[in-house]
Amino acid sequence: MTTMAARPEVTMPQMTNPLDDPQLAFRTLALKKAFDDVIAVDGVDLDVRRGEFLSVLGPSGCGKTTLLRLVAGFEQPDSGGIEIGGRVVAGPRRHLPPEQRHIGMVFQESALFPHLDVAGNIGFGLPRRDRESRIAELVALVGMAGLQRRMPHELSGGQQQRVALARALAPHPALILLDEPFSSLDATLRSQLRVDVREILRSAGATTLFVTHDQGEALEISDRVAVMRAGRIEQVSTPAELYLRPVNRFVAGFVGEANLLPGEVRHGEVETLVGRFRGEPGALADGVHAEVLLRPEQLHMLPVDGLASAPRPESVLTVIRRVFHGSEVHHVLRSATGFEFEAATPSSATIEVGTRVIAHARARDVPVYPLDGE
Amino acid sequence: METLAPPPALGRSSTSRPAPPAWLVGAGLLVALLGLLPIAYLIIVAGSSDGALGLLLRDRTIGVLGRTLLLAATVTTASVLIGVPIAWFTTRTDLPARRAWTILSILPLVVPSYVGGYAIVAAFGPRGALQSLLEPLGVTRLPELYGFPGAALVLTLFSFPYVVLSVRGALLRLDPAYEEVSRSLGRGPWRTFWSVTLPQLRPAITAGALLVALYALADFGAVSLLQFDSFTRAIYVQYRASFDPTLAAVLALMLVACTAGVLLAESRLRGRARYHGSGGGARRSVTVVRLGAWRWPALAFCLIVVGLAVVVPIGTITFWLLRGLAAGEALGLVLDAALNSVIASGLAAMLAVLASIPVAVLAVRHRGLLSSVVERATYAGFALPGIVIGLAFVFVAARFLPAIYQTLPLLLVAYLVRFAPEAVGITRASLLQVSPRVEEVARTLGRRPGAVLREVTLPIIRPGLAAGGALVFLTAMKELPTTILLAPTGFDTLAVRIWSATSEGFFARAAAPALLMVLVAAISLSLVLRQERSR
Repeated sequence: MTTMAARPEVTMPQMTNPLDDPQLAFRTLALKKAFDDVIAVDGVDLDVRRGEFLSVLGPSGCGKTTLLRLVAGFEQPDSGGIEIGGRVVAGPRRHLPPEQRHIGMVFQESALFPHLDVAGNIGFGLPRRDRESRIAELVALVGMAGLQRRMPHELSGGQQQRVALARALAPHPALILLDEPFSSLDATLRSQLRVDVREILRSAGATTLFVTHDQGEALEISDRVAVMRAGRIEQVSTPAELYLRPVNRFVAGFVGEANLLPGEVRHGEVETLVGRFRGEPGALADGVHAEVLLRPEQLHMLPVDGLASAPRPESVLTVIRRVFHGSEVHHVLRSATGFEFEAATPSSATIEVGTRVIAHARARDVPVYPLDGE
Repeated sequence: METLAPPPALGRSSTSRPAPPAWLVGAGLLVALLGLLPIAYLIIVAGSSDGALGLLLRDRTIGVLGRTLLLAATVTTASVLIGVPIAWFTTRTDLPARRAWTILSILPLVVPSYVGGYAIVAAFGPRGALQSLLEPLGVTRLPELYGFPGAALVLTLFSFPYVVLSVRGALLRLDPAYEEVSRSLGRGPWRTFWSVTLPQLRPAITAGALLVALYALADFGAVSLLQFDSFTRAIYVQYRASFDPTLAAVLALMLVACTAGVLLAESRLRGRARYHGSGGGARRSVTVVRLGAWRWPALAFCLIVVGLAVVVPIGTITFWLLRGLAAGEALGLVLDAALNSVIASGLAAMLAVLASIPVAVLAVRHRGLLSSVVERATYAGFALPGIVIGLAFVFVAARFLPAIYQTLPLLLVAYLVRFAPEAVGITRASLLQVSPRVEEVARTLGRRPGAVLREVTLPIIRPGLAAGGALVFLTAMKELPTTILLAPTGFDTLAVRIWSATSEGFFARAAAPALLMVLVAAISLSLVLRQERSR
C-alpha cells in the first residue's frame, strides 16, 4: 500500500527563493489552457497568501472551473505554471498528478464515497496512525459529532457538504479548492452553510480558492475576490473595493447592481442627468463621452412638487416601477429621453409610481469609464 | 527545489486530458484483440484458399444460404403472426386471465433451443411420447418432423416471445389519445386499429422480428437436432467431415455476413424506436376493447400457442424423467455434468467480469478513438454465432497452439469472447452512475489511478459486477455450440449431455439435465428483465 503511505504534513512552505514572499501559499503564473479552439484560461496570474480566502467570480463559461481543475491537476496547462506551498506543481516539463499536490477539494455535488460511512470518508486521505483522533477532531470541527457511522445517503445536503469539507481538510492540505459547493442547496440552507464553512476554514487556518458565479456569496465570505471573464482576470480586490471601485464596466455590472449614466466631459467633469462628476485627474479630455457608475443607494430622489424652483426640464424623471428588496425598495426612473436607471430608498420611505422627481448623487468621487477607451 | 521560470510560449500541443494509465490501455487492447481474433482468423483462412470464390458459388453453398434464409424468414413471419395478436390481447382487450397469459407467453424464452428441440422430438418424433401413447391405438407413424417443418416449428415456438415483449412494451407506452382522437373522428375500433395503432407499432414489431431473425440465423441446437441443413449445422458437419477448414470458414463468414446485416438493421431501428419512446407525463387509462364472442377464438389461439411452447416441453421432460427414473436411469451422471457446467461457467463469469473492467473504464472515463475501438472490438463477440467462435478457436488452437486444443483454458477464452459483451454492458452502465467527481476527490486525497479503481470505483459498482457475473454464468451454462467444439474430451456439460442424448434418441437420459437447464434459463431471464427494468 505505497499509495497510502506518508503524505508529509504540510506546514510552512519550504521556499528556496529568498525574494519570494514566505506568506505566499499559492500562485499561478501566466497560466494558459485551450480546448480545441476555445481558450478557457488565458494568462491568469493569481497569488493567495497563507490562510487567505480568495474567490474566483465569473459568469458560467468564463473558465473558472477550468482554472480550478488546472490547479487540482485534472487538466494539464498549455503553458504557464502553478506553485502550491512553495512547490512547483505544474510548469515547463513538470506536471504533478493530483495525488501529489496536497490539495483538498469540495465539489458542487458532495461526491462522498457512497460505500463508506462518515468516518470512512473523512479518514480516506489519512495515514493509519492518528487516523481515529484526526477524524474525531474534524467531526467536531464541522459539527457532525455522533454521526460518524451514518452512510452518505442518510445525510441531508448540508451535512453531506460538511463531511466533504472535513474530508478535504483532514490531511492538512496546503490549499483547499471549493467548486461552487453551495449551489446545489436551497437558499436558506445555503446562506447558513456558507457562514459556517467560512468559520470552519478560518479556524482550521486553511488557504482557500473558491470558485463561484454568485456575486453575493463571493462578496460575503471572501478576503479578496478575483473577477474572471473569458479566461482572463479582470480585477482582484477586497469585496468593498470591488463594489465601490470596479476597474471597468464589466466588473461594475457583474458585482452588485449598477447604474451606468452616460454623459459628456466638460471642463474635466462628466455632465449627466444627475449632476457633474470628476474622473481620475487628467484622464478625461473635453468632448469625450463617458459613463459614470452610481449604485442605486448612492442616488437620492426629490419630488418635483416639493422643489423651491423649477428644475431644468431634461433632468426631470418619472418613477415607472418599484421593486421590493426587503430593507430597500428600488425605484426604476425614466428620463425624458427614455433612459432608465434605479434609485433605492429605505422601505419605509418609498415614492409612488408616477411621481415626477429629480435625482442627485450623494457622492462626487465615483468611477468614470471613458466610452472611447474601452 | 525549483521556482517558476518564465513560461515558455508553448504551442497548443497538449490540449488533451492526462492519458489513461498504460496498464489500463494494455488490458483493454488485450480484450479487444481476443474479440477480433475469431473473425480475423476466419477471413485469413477463407482468403488464403485459391478457390474461395468457387466455394462460395458452389451449389451446395448456395443451397445452404437459401435454406437458412428461408428458415429465418419463415420463423420471423410466424413469430410476428403469433406475437402481435398475443401482445394486443394481453394489453388492450378483456381477454380472461390476461396476467396469466402474459407470463405464459413470455415463458418459452426460458427454453433453450436445443432443450426445445429435444422436447419436440421427444414428444412428436418417432419413438416419442405421443407415439408411445398412441401405439396401443394402432398408430405407428406420425407425420414427418425432421427437417424444415420441425426446425421452423421449434424456433418459432421458442422465439416468438421476443415479438410479444417488444410489442407489449410499445402498446403500453402508446398514448391512448391517438386512438381516442381517431374514434372521436368517426372511425370504429377495427379501422382505428389498422389505421392508427398498427402503424405506430411498426418499429416495435420490426425490432422484435429482427431479434427473432437473429436467433434463427445463429441457432445451432434446434437445427442440428432436427437435422435441417442451415448454416450452423452445415458448418458443424463440414468441420466433422474433414479437417480442411476452408469450406467451413467460408460458410461461417457467410453466416456472419447475414448476422451482421440483421444486427445493423436492428441497431438502426432501435435508435429510432427510442425516439418514439414515451413522452413522460401521467399515464392515462386505456380503453379496453370488448372481445364479446371473439373471446373464444382468442382464448383457443392462446391455449394452442402456450400449450405447444410451455406445456408440451415441460410435460415431455416430466414424462421422460419419470420413465427414466422408473427404468433406473443413473442421476449421478447428471450431477457430474452439472458440476462441469458450474466450473466452466463460473470461471468464464469471473474472466468476463475482469475483462469488462478495463473496457468499461476506457469507454466511460477516457472517451476517444482508442477506447471506442476497444469497445467495439469487444462487442464483436456479440455479432458472432457460437458455432463461428467455436470453429475459429478450434482452428487457431490446432494450428498454433496444439497444446491447449481441447483444454479448459481454450474453452474459457472462447466463452470470454462470446460473453464478455454482456458483462461489459452492465459494468459500463454501473460506471456511468458513478460521478467522476468521486474519483477525482480520491485523487486529491493521495490515491494513484490504480488505487482509486481498487478502493473507490470497484467497491461502488460491486452490485453491477455481480449482476454481470451472474448473467454470464447463466448464459455460459446454456451455451451449446462453443462447448461442443471446444470442451475437453470427456468434459460433458449439461448442454452437451442433452444434445448428445437427444441426437442418439436417449430421451430419458436428457430429461433431468433439460429440467435443470430450464431452471437456469428461468433465473437468467428474470435477471435480464430486472436489469432492463432498473435502467
